[in-house]
Amino acid sequence: MEKKKITIALAGNPNVGKTTLFNAITGARQHVGNWPGVTVEKKTGKRTYKDTEIEVVDLPGTYSLTAYSLDEVVARDYVVEEIPDVVVQIVDATNLERNLYLTTQLMELGSKVVIALNMWDLAESRGDKIDTRKMEDFLEIPVVKTVANRAEGIDALLEEVVREVDKGEHHEHEVSYGDDIEKKIIELEGIVGKDSALSGKYPVRWLSVKLLDGDENILEKIEGSSVATQVNSVLSTIKKDDYEAAMAEKRYETINTVLPQICVKCVNEVTFSDMIDRAVTNKYLGIPIFLAMMWAAFEVTFTVATPLMEFVDMFFGWLAGVVAQSITNPVLGSLLGDGIIAGVGSVMIFLPNILLLFLMISLLEDSGYMARAAFVMDKLMYKIGLNGGSFIPLLMGFGCNVPAIMATRTIEDEKERLVTILVNPFISCGARLPVYLMLAGAFFGRNAGTVIFGIYILGIIVAILSAKLIRGTVVKGKPSPFIMELPPYRLPTLKASAIHMWEKGSIYLKKAGTIILAGVVFVWLLSAIPAPGVDAAFASEEILGTEDSLIGVLGHIIEPLVAPLGFDWKVAVALVFGFIAKEIVIGSMGVLYGTGEDEDALAEILTAGAMTPLTALGLMVFTLLYVPCIACVGVVKKETGSWKWTLFMMVYGTALAWIAAFLIYRIGTAIGWGL
Amino acid sequence: MPHVLPLTMMPEGKEGKVVSINAGQGLKRRLVEMGFCEGSLVTVHRSERGALVVVVNGIKYALGKGLATKIMVSDC
Repeated sequence: MEKKKITIALAGNPNVGKTTLFNAITGARQHVGNWPGVTVEKKTGKRTYKDTEIEVVDLPGTYSLTAYSLDEVVARDYVVEEIPDVVVQIVDATNLERNLYLTTQLMELGSKVVIALNMWDLAESRGDKIDTRKMEDFLEIPVVKTVANRAEGIDALLEEVVREVDKGEHHEHEVSYGDDIEKKIIELEGIVGKDSALSGKYPVRWLSVKLLDGDENILEKIEGSSVATQVNSVLSTIKKDDYEAAMAEKRYETINTVLPQICVKCVNEVTFSDMIDRAVTNKYLGIPIFLAMMWAAFEVTFTVATPLMEFVDMFFGWLAGVVAQSITNPVLGSLLGDGIIAGVGSVMIFLPNILLLFLMISLLEDSGYMARAAFVMDKLMYKIGLNGGSFIPLLMGFGCNVPAIMATRTIEDEKERLVTILVNPFISCGARLPVYLMLAGAFFGRNAGTVIFGIYILGIIVAILSAKLIRGTVVKGKPSPFIMELPPYRLPTLKASAIHMWEKGSIYLKKAGTIILAGVVFVWLLSAIPAPGVDAAFASEEILGTEDSLIGVLGHIIEPLVAPLGFDWKVAVALVFGFIAKEIVIGSMGVLYGTGEDEDALAEILTAGAMTPLTALGLMVFTLLYVPCIACVGVVKKETGSWKWTLFMMVYGTALAWIAAFLIYRIGTAIGWGL
Repeated sequence: MPHVLPLTMMPEGKEGKVVSINAGQGLKRRLVEMGFCEGSLVTVHRSERGALVVVVNGIKYALGKGLATKIMVSDC
């Protein structure tokens, strides 16, 4: 028998367990954050239930479908234009009122809705009594109880979904807006209904309601239609501001008339979350607690990572030994030993560090603390022309700037979003850490930790000052109003956080296996091809990574550009390749100095005269600030949709890096420090 | 006699009833959607730095000062 195919969409407010339910249905793994709006990508999964193949689409978490933010537009366009067979709305049983607001909007859209009443166990444990039978009667929508994090109620939910699809006929349940508004709705329905292109595609009543709602997205659609003038003449007779709020309030009124009959609520008492919030949002304690958390996160990362790094180091040392012994072909041996193992090995050694840092960030996200950090930082963010909402994407940059820049989609104000994207690369990502660890370790010995900490702080300062500068000049404007939900604290489970760590960490691994691998092979090739006029064999010992190779020629061409900073041609080449991925700066230095993946040997050569503490510091600062890696540039272009801003970011960062490294070198030389 | 005052003026720990929201259309709608309707009860948990922490319908929000001045409440 052929399987039936249906598509369902998961909709719901942020923080209701939507992503968890998605995972429980499809078995897919993905990130479960704890602050509003983390799901910005469209995610799909498949599940076969009995004889039905179900395609599940995870919509972004939204409070409504009014097209206020990018998330809402994405969610709404999908429901309106793709018309899934059923929309499953995940409703947080502990927060019925606000959740049902979205339900009213889904019903207005004419969608077939099934409610998954999630976290009902929590609601019951605090003493609420919810009558799902009555809820179904009032809403005329099937309601299924679920506990997503224990995968309870999933089969019952799918059963109901399949039954709803089979039912065919569909009851349209409407919100009644009262006589005055209804009159306008009917008037608009008459006009909009005349345009067959519009009325064929969208429910006419919904279009009319949205027009009165002042929905810009719908207004645009009307502008291009045959009925634009008539619609505008109706809309010009009303006072828009009054209508919008009145309609939202009517929807709440509808909910509030049924709510007391389906849910008996207990009086809210002071919760555990409130007690923690008293401390972490305190005027004097808030920032110290935040800094202490960050310090602890970094401290744990470095302490735990050190023995693990030694282990990875041993592994690659062993691998290099095996390769050296078993491969007799000198060219192949050099490619594997000097190129691949050296390059990839020098990057992989930092995997424990990066994974642990991601684990710490995931724990903070999953616990709910991150949203409080945004609150604590709002005042500072306000001063630089942004608001607390920009803080989390900036903080995520410490892991990797690519997901961090994607996380800016939750920022509603376009200008603020642009600025947050443009300064994000200055927040030092995990990939730059290998460069600092190597250089600071080699040149600053016991003070290495302090130097690295200083580099991170410098990145933060540059990001803050740049935001203020950009906000005051090219992207002018006042900070937009700040509002963010503070979800109740949850005890993060190690399993969930480990999954999130792995999702971010595997991006790093993948990068090591693809872009970085290709990058180091390319570097090796250039360093193995003899320079024009040099009489030597390909990949022969005497030219490998020297001035007699092609890379030497390239290096000497660009050397004058960085010579004022005290960098030689090898550093110049390493920086050029750092554009592929910043870790490659170290990997390619290993190739160029002929030390392979042996970090200690590289450190020895560098300290023996190839560099000074001063140029090492300059190189660290340059690596921090100059053009971000190719993956990051790509995501900036994608998210800003503008080559102009992408180029601005690249040029601005590189110019800053050059000036900073120049000042360090010149001032250091003048006062005779670190030569 | 209840007074009408902006949310920013409410003392910590006090509960008030939303009387009006003096914001532009988009913003007002947004607030209403999040539960700040006329007649909703708002409890101020924290009001001392750049932002406020308030609870509406059992949901906790961080709220910028600028936004909070636009929400008029009556103390009851």
